[in-house]
Amino acid sequence: MRTKELKLVVTFHTTADAMAMEKCCKEREVPGRMIPVPRAISAGCGLAWCAPLDSEQQVRAVMDQVGLRAEAMHQCMV
Amino acid sequence: MIYLDNAATTLHKPPQVIQAVAAAMSSMGNAGRGAHGVSLSAARVVYDARCKAAELFGCPRPDHVIFTANATESLNIAINGLFGPGDHVISTDLEHNSVLRPLYRLERERGVAVSFVPADRKGNIDYDDFARLLRPETKAVVCTHASNLTGNMLDLARIGRFTKEHGLLLVADCSQTAGCVPIDMTALGVDVLCFTGHKGLMGPQGTGGLCVRPGVEIRPWKVGGSGVQSYSTAQPEEYPTRLEAGTANGHGLAGLDAALEFLLRTGVDAVHAKEKALMRRFYEGVRAVEGVTVYGDFDAADRAAIVTLNVWDCDSGEISDILAEEYAIATRPGAHCAPRMHQALGTVEQGAVRFSFSWYNTEQEADAAVEAIRTLAAETGPES
Repeated sequence: MRTKELKLVVTFHTTADAMAMEKCCKEREVPGRMIPVPRAISAGCGLAWCAPLDSEQQVRAVMDQVGLRAEAMHQCMV
Repeated sequence: MIYLDNAATTLHKPPQVIQAVAAAMSSMGNAGRGAHGVSLSAARVVYDARCKAAELFGCPRPDHVIFTANATESLNIAINGLFGPGDHVISTDLEHNSVLRPLYRLERERGVAVSFVPADRKGNIDYDDFARLLRPETKAVVCTHASNLTGNMLDLARIGRFTKEHGLLLVADCSQTAGCVPIDMTALGVDVLCFTGHKGLMGPQGTGGLCVRPGVEIRPWKVGGSGVQSYSTAQPEEYPTRLEAGTANGHGLAGLDAALEFLLRTGVDAVHAKEKALMRRFYEGVRAVEGVTVYGDFDAADRAAIVTLNVWDCDSGEISDILAEEYAIATRPGAHCAPRMHQALGTVEQGAVRFSFSWYNTEQEADAAVEAIRTLAAETGPES
């Protein structure tokens, strides 16, 4: 049995935005990694930023700092 | 890392491809722009690549091989340059968005009507549907040679006979078969063959092209510098210049030239046999695993080296992510830009995990992927 955890999953309008998110979070040592967009969120494919739930404030701060706009922020089991 | 995402792009290239690109970047001028040594050397390499592509695909004339950035660009050139208001085009449910979106746009914006031959749950079509969908204003069939989702192949020879019989054009998307499956466009009755350089041809990304049967007139959507007839206000009419405005990707084409040389020497038959054996080995290993659903028709006479599956009702993205993170196996989940094919298979919600094989994969890699799927199926099943 594989265990899943409730995670913060941020989706973006473009792959370029998703890559910008990864770069900015890495530079600021904000935890997380890229995953395929979970099908529960969208069947349309693409990349999402998956991070611990308690990093939401950091994630939002990074996005504010660099002017990145999320498509949506979700909490889901990953 | 075990790379099984060759239907997206081949990761491993013949070493001479890499050497050719590196050499070109320090030695090639602009092909067709001037007569000095480095310009001529570039023009020779590009022309050599045309000759080899013509030989590989059975195109009657090297000057009817037009180079582009990829198959999507080739398909856009063909679809937008051949059809106009009042025309009707027949396509299929197997298509990639590189065929579907240009057709949908023509439908929305230019009064072109499009009909689709439906696929069944195995991903197969009924060839009699082409005749059923035929109208007086039908101008062409635009279809893939092999589904990028299931690997099922369409019988281009059969479709070619139909299009010839009814005076239609046949535009073939050979993205998944060029370099992997022997293709003779003349024997098959293909009028326009679209290919990409970075998949089965094992060339660099940013290379692709279309082979045009002499006599087929495609309007250019892009006009500009051609290096010839510079005082003419119109794009030269002769192929390939008609469809190649602007500086070519000479460095990439040098790599493609080396890749074509490799394939001509190796033999596409040999490539196809090896890839199919790997695909079959993987398929036989996973098809009976409890909880695994494999899509497509594996009883057909021929197919591309693709096996697409799901594990129980797991999100395909999650399975692909586990394969990448825990087993270092690269696959492709999701929709694969093939929405109609997923609708036909009933996999829109779940997507599917695609394993695609290349000349450089090994039996050990196929076996490792089987083992990973067996383990994942056991771990994620209802009993676990």
